[in-house]
Amino acid sequence: MNDGHPWGLARDALRLIALDPVGMAGLWLRARPGPARDGVTAALEALSPRRIHPGLSDEALDGGLDLAATLAAGAPRYRDSILAGGGLVCLAMAERCSAALAARLCQAMDAGHCGLVALDEAAEEGEGMPLALRDRLGLFVALDGIALADLAPLAPIAVDPATRTRYADLALTEDDHRTLVETCAALGIDSLRAPLLAGRAARGLAALAGRDAISARDLQRAAMLALAHRGSPAADEADTTPDPTPEPDTTDQDDAPETAASLPSELLVEAALATLPQDLLARLADDRQARSASSAHGSGAAIRGNRRGRPLASRPGRLDGSARLDVTATLRAAAPWQTLRAAQGGKRLVHLRPSDFRIRRFDQKSDRLLIFTLDASGSQAMARLAEVKGAIELLLSQSYARRDHVALIGFRGTVAELLLPPTRSLVQTKRRLAALPGGGGTPLAAGLTAALDLARQVAGQGFTPSIVVLTDGRANIDLGGQADRMRAGQDAARVARVIGATRPGGLVIDTGRRANAQLQELAGRMAAHYLPLPRVDASQLGTAVRPILAS
Amino acid sequence: MTKPFPFSAIVGQDDMKQAMVLTAVDPSIGGVLVFGDRGTGKSTAVRALAALLPPIRQVAGCPVNSARKADCPDWAEVEDTRLVNRPTPVVDLPLGVTEDRVTGALDIERALTRGEKAFQPGLLARANRGYLYIDEVNLLEDHIVDLLLDVAQSGENVVEREGMSIRHPARFVLVGSGNPEEGELRPQLLDRFGLSVDVTSPRDVDTRVEVVRRRDAYERDGKAFLRDWEAADADLRKAILAARKALVKIATPDAILRDCAALCIALGADGLRGELTLLKTARAQAAYEGATDVSRAHLRRVAPMALQHRLRRDPMDEAGSATRVMRVVTETLGPIQAAAE
Repeated sequence: MNDGHPWGLARDALRLIALDPVGMAGLWLRARPGPARDGVTAALEALSPRRIHPGLSDEALDGGLDLAATLAAGAPRYRDSILAGGGLVCLAMAERCSAALAARLCQAMDAGHCGLVALDEAAEEGEGMPLALRDRLGLFVALDGIALADLAPLAPIAVDPATRTRYADLALTEDDHRTLVETCAALGIDSLRAPLLAGRAARGLAALAGRDAISARDLQRAAMLALAHRGSPAADEADTTPDPTPEPDTTDQDDAPETAASLPSELLVEAALATLPQDLLARLADDRQARSASSAHGSGAAIRGNRRGRPLASRPGRLDGSARLDVTATLRAAAPWQTLRAAQGGKRLVHLRPSDFRIRRFDQKSDRLLIFTLDASGSQAMARLAEVKGAIELLLSQSYARRDHVALIGFRGTVAELLLPPTRSLVQTKRRLAALPGGGGTPLAAGLTAALDLARQVAGQGFTPSIVVLTDGRANIDLGGQADRMRAGQDAARVARVIGATRPGGLVIDTGRRANAQLQELAGRMAAHYLPLPRVDASQLGTAVRPILAS
Repeated sequence: MTKPFPFSAIVGQDDMKQAMVLTAVDPSIGGVLVFGDRGTGKSTAVRALAALLPPIRQVAGCPVNSARKADCPDWAEVEDTRLVNRPTPVVDLPLGVTEDRVTGALDIERALTRGEKAFQPGLLARANRGYLYIDEVNLLEDHIVDLLLDVAQSGENVVEREGMSIRHPARFVLVGSGNPEEGELRPQLLDRFGLSVDVTSPRDVDTRVEVVRRRDAYERDGKAFLRDWEAADADLRKAILAARKALVKIATPDAILRDCAALCIALGADGLRGELTLLKTARAQAAYEGATDVSRAHLRRVAPMALQHRLRRDPMDEAGSATRVMRVVTETLGPIQAAAE
């Protein structure tokens, strides 16, 4: 079993968690369910973690009045917050954790109430834990690609008091701190929590190994556990080159007095990068971006499948099977009458009358999503791409003011690409838009298909999508990716008809120099508004689009 | 509970610290919005601020921290009317919070056990005369934001529900933090914050090492670390208290008033709130520096944090808003050399 084997890392991570659950802040265990994960969770049982899940209610999180127990006993019964009281909390299905839950967990972790083991089963791109939570979890282990043969049973975790004392006494030297900070810089890690957590892990590893000083190996291993997953795959080259000045003189100073213990950060970077397969690193980095874009609407609603809507005050109502009873509100409504009703009607714990029933109501106005489908092909790129980008920016600022969500699809060459998943973040949109290159053929049909797919997908998530196409209309790549003007036109027309049948009310903006009859026809098929803009004049576009957007 | 990290020990992030100190000098400035990367000490600074602020004098049993017995609301039925010193309240508003918990609601315990209709105060009551801290403020649900806006505006929390009609004072300073990449804040809410600062991770290795070193020292031996920084924090507290006293005596020359107006017009900042905040912040800055009147140097120092979030939004502007403000400041007030003369 080599050094960076995930199983070895998992064992170390577990021992560190056992040593200092709150200090390590937590473990992010990325694994699908299976024997490997079962092995780890079984070993965790020794630490008796409290299990929680993403659907946890506020009452359980906050503690407070235990309604069921209170009603049974007839006197107030309280329970503690599940996060209070130190120790370890284990979050199953962490990839479905909402931003709200993450914020509560972060608060509890910051206050030192508990450490967290997050079992992340993320499979799809864009799934994943909220960033705030990821940043706080100290250790990362990915159990992908472990052969069954490698699964040696993990020894039960027990930490003896001597190790704890050693852990408390160990301190990182100035050089160790510097090495870790430099490693983070080389890996492109911005967060300052990373070197702190890595330092703590290094101390823990040294203590667990029974050493009284932190060795180079400890630092290396700590980097593998606590830093590897935070890095971006190619960051080591990109980020070290721009500032060569601090590097040489710091290493000069540090290496001179003490050569044995200090370790050049390059070695740590290498170790960290070697820990995780490049494709996983790339996925994590992508994920980070996608996540920061898609979590914009908060509370993980899109992942859950439908937006819950804004809760309205509960109404008195009848229980007809479809309505959801608001238990708390019902009890509240009944509460003031209890003494009176008790006097009238015998011994019962709670006197409820049908008039007390309160029904939950939600305001289910769904959010609009504008899907910008942008032609970045050669014909467009030559003359107009910059202008069109400007126009989109203007539309974006309008949709921002209206609190719409925005997604961006670019098509060029032979394919269409989702450049930005639905988001409300202008910063993200702007960045993706600026980075969009131009050139190549015009796969209009592919672009429309991508837009339609996205529209169908988000409609299922409770959005109301509208498709905005910006093109000069000379489709010349068909759906199969072949350069065939005829077929390309037919394909585009076919997809447009499907759009017209399912998602009408979009907008086709003709950015060609002359109004294009073909494109007008296409807009007709899409049941969309057609807007020829021979010169993309920002203010003109704004005036033209406003009524269409408002409808 | 462990004591928070000392405010003076926070490395760098001068703008953020400055903004927080100024709202402590003059709470009527109206709160701070801190936007920036993760792990840059936003939460640390807010919690440190709580420990730094001088205690408030309040009625012991009052749920809304009233200063005098006469101010206690009727519904609270305050029994313990002694006056005591309490640390300035800093109340966390978690993201998933329900409306009930924010505004307060029927006290279900008393209702169930004694059959009485009583009001259980919420977070807004606890935050009165203190700070209300919202982490990830840009992810807060819209209906809670609306509610906060309303209360922050009026300084009073009005609860009309479950047959109760309750009102109580809720004057607090909003402190919000968040990461702009995860979503923007509505302009209406932005405008409610007095000051706004952007924080970034320090790029320089030495600074970063220092941050990590101090944090590590604090976590390993908190008592010793706090002792080391006690004097610095005490000095800061003294300076804040002195500035609070001096604040009323700060003179504001007419020329400065005109400068404020000129700046806001040049920037196209909406409404008079920007102008007022700029002036108040400059006054607090002058008081904190021990000056007798507000000068252009003070304006220059505080203009970015007081105005950058009030600009009419040009979401696609490449330069940051702070840069835009500085540009206009230089155009309007002249370059720095001219001001120094």
